[in-house]
This record gives sequence, C-alpha cells and structure tokens, in this order.
Amino acid sequence: MKWPSMGYARAKSLAELWSALEAHGDAAQIIAGGQTLLATLAFRLSEPGTLIDITDIAELRGISSNGQVLRLGALTLHADLCRDPLVKAHAPLLAAAAPLIAHPAIRNRGTLGGSLAYADPAAELPACMVALDAKIIAASAKGERRIPAAAFFTDLLQTALAPREIITAVEIPLTGRLAAIEEITRRSGDYAMAGLAATLVLDAGRILAPRLVYFGVGKVPVFAAAAAKALEGRSLDRASISAAQQALADDLDPPHDLHGPPEMKRHLARVLTERVLLGFLNPKVQAA
Amino acid sequence: MIPITLTVNGEKVTRHVEPRRHLIDFLRLDLGLTGSHAGCEHGVCGACTLRVNGKIMRGCLILAASLDGAEVVTIEGLSESGEVADLQAAFVARNAAQCGFCTPGMVMTAAELLAEGGSPTRGEIREYLSGNYCRCTGYQAIVDAVEDTLRSRGATP
Repeated sequence: MKWPSMGYARAKSLAELWSALEAHGDAAQIIAGGQTLLATLAFRLSEPGTLIDITDIAELRGISSNGQVLRLGALTLHADLCRDPLVKAHAPLLAAAAPLIAHPAIRNRGTLGGSLAYADPAAELPACMVALDAKIIAASAKGERRIPAAAFFTDLLQTALAPREIITAVEIPLTGRLAAIEEITRRSGDYAMAGLAATLVLDAGRILAPRLVYFGVGKVPVFAAAAAKALEGRSLDRASISAAQQALADDLDPPHDLHGPPEMKRHLARVLTERVLLGFLNPKVQAA
Repeated sequence: MIPITLTVNGEKVTRHVEPRRHLIDFLRLDLGLTGSHAGCEHGVCGACTLRVNGKIMRGCLILAASLDGAEVVTIEGLSESGEVADLQAAFVARNAAQCGFCTPGMVMTAAELLAEGGSPTRGEIREYLSGNYCRCTGYQAIVDAVEDTLRSRGATP
C-alpha cells in the first residue's frame, strides 16, 4: 500500500529537533534511515502526523574511541559497522553482527539508533548491546542520560526512552572480552528464528562473567542468568556447555510464533549455545 | 508539498513532492524513468534497488522529500555510463533475464559487488544478491552472469 498522507520536516541540529518535537507534539515521528518505519507505513501499521528527519544532525554521527569506550553515533549505518576499522578493532561482535542484518541495500541506509529504538526482539543489535554491556545515551531538551542496555529494552518494541527523548549514541566499554554471534534464519537476511550474542572472559581456560543474550525468543533480548551461573568459573568444555544448555530451561520462556512452538525455540537456543561456546575453543576467535 | 533539488543520472532536477511520495514513484511517475521497478513496496523484493549518493538502496524505502541535494543513479543512468556494459552482456549471454522484472535491481546490486573489487565466491555472490528476488527463480543464470563478469575483470574466485 502507498504511505499515508503526512507531513515532513528536517531538523539540522538537536536544538532544531527539540523545537520541532515541541511544535508537532504527539503527531511527530522521528525518522532516521526509515528502513523499518517506512515499511510499517506501507502496511499502515502507523499513521504519523509528521515525520521529523534527523539524518542531517551532525551531533548524531561519528565513531570514536577514547581508550575506555567506543562511542558510536546513533546515525551509524549497519554498513559502517561492517567495515569501520575502529569497530573491527574494538567491537568485532558488531562487525560480525551487521552482515546478518537484512541485505546490502538496507544496510547502506539503516541506522544503529533506529534499530535500537525500534527494539525488535529478534534483531541482532539490541542483543549485542546487552551482551556488550553497552550504555545507550539518550537526550531530550532537558539534557542527557546514560541507560544500561540491559535496562533499555523494557517490553515488546518498547524502550526506556521517554516521550521526546532520542538515542544520540551508544558507548561500548573496551574490555577485550571474547565475543561471538550466531543465529538461525529461514533465509539469509531474515530476522532470526533464534539467535545468540555472547561475550565472556577465558582465563586459563576458565570462563569468567559470561553474558549470553538470546534474541528472537522473547519480548526483549534475553540475558540468560541461569546459563551464565552454570558456566561461571568452570573450564570451557562439553560438560560446562551441557550444563549451560540445561540451565536455559530456567532462562527462556519463548512465545509461540509463526516459526513454531516454544519447544522448537528452546531447541534452537540450545543448538546456538553449543555452536557459540564451542567457537570460543577455536583459536581464531576474536576479542570483543 | 516539499521543494527538492537533486541530481538524477547527472541531470539537475527541481520538483515539489508530497511527503508520502517514495523515490520509485517520484522517478516513474514524476520523471518518467521507468527502469526502477516497484515490486513489493516494503523493502523485501529488491526490484527498486538504485544508487543514492553512490551506494545501493531500496527506492521504495526512501522519501523523495528527503533527497534534497542527493545524487541518484537509476538503471538508465548506470546503463548509459557503460560501467556495467560487460555485466549486461553477460546477462544476455547467460539468459539471466527471463521476465526481466527483477533485472534492473539485480544489475544495480551486482554493480556494487563488482565495484567493491575482491574475489567473491559463488556463495558470496548469492549472499550479496539475496535481497533481490527473482520470481522466475532464474538465480542460477544470474549468479553465472555475475561470476563471468568478475572473472573477466580479473577476479580469481
């Protein structure tokens, strides 16, 4: 279907954005790359009064590192994550995740901030942010705040953002943790039926502070606390992997969806757990 | 109506557009450039793939109103430039166009793969083209054509 009739305005700075949001009130809908939003308009899932385009706002761009955190502006493209040297060096998890998102033509326009704000529970980047213990930087006319990724995704397609507040950037701590992502999709580029983004420390073969975050299996990215507990302090081997797989029964409560019943998702999660953790035994694994 | 001035296939164009106008309807209905096809119109099929500011994008997922100052290249402009004359010849030689509806998008996407250089494997070519649907399901011949072009340009898969 064609898009609904609507207004369009461009904000060239955050100051202009705050006034535009004030002027248009609840009718305003922020648009960045639009790769999800515009598809939902074609389905008439929403009918915004006015789209406020933020892609000209320079404050939302840029990738930089200060030695403690890697900062990624909200307008960072998925394609940037695929090839930026700082991302490759300091957050290879994101460099590995980005090629899993849709297709080249979408990755050339879709943005990091857009993906996080949309908060699809089957999307890769929200899960990566939780696995990396990233901070989401949110700003509004009242100022700026940092929200831990684990507290950012609150419910299905819902986030901790307040009305008239936007994501300006994310900060990823430079920890050098090992990281990996795997997912299972019916076709290349689809949203995951189930996926796993994981980071951990391997200290002389022993697992420390593992963060296993599953996507496509709940209303938000799911941090698997029981599986983490089952792995903590143990050597990484078949026995500890099997313990983590069993512990997942306490972590996951997947909904029935168009892909299949909850038990199928639990099965896929166990398969992914083994693939990701065995991957860390491969000497070619990269640091987070 | 939103005023926009942009470059389309090297020519400067100024128009007033409704915000609800996507780039493909703008090209096809307002400018008469019908090489970019409107397929699914929600970003899935790839028939509308074209270049905006040098990179391929989905024309159906871009507001024409957002393109003030942009540079757009459609299949018409890409063909005229000669950049992919060899790829197009390979499409003919391999019979890679059946009904032809997906072909402009396929060529635009394959052009970006070619422009990236490198020596992609057959699997990587398939992966790169995976966002472009051919409902005649002529993928084999399309991948053949892209592979031939890569080889003839010196790639060593």
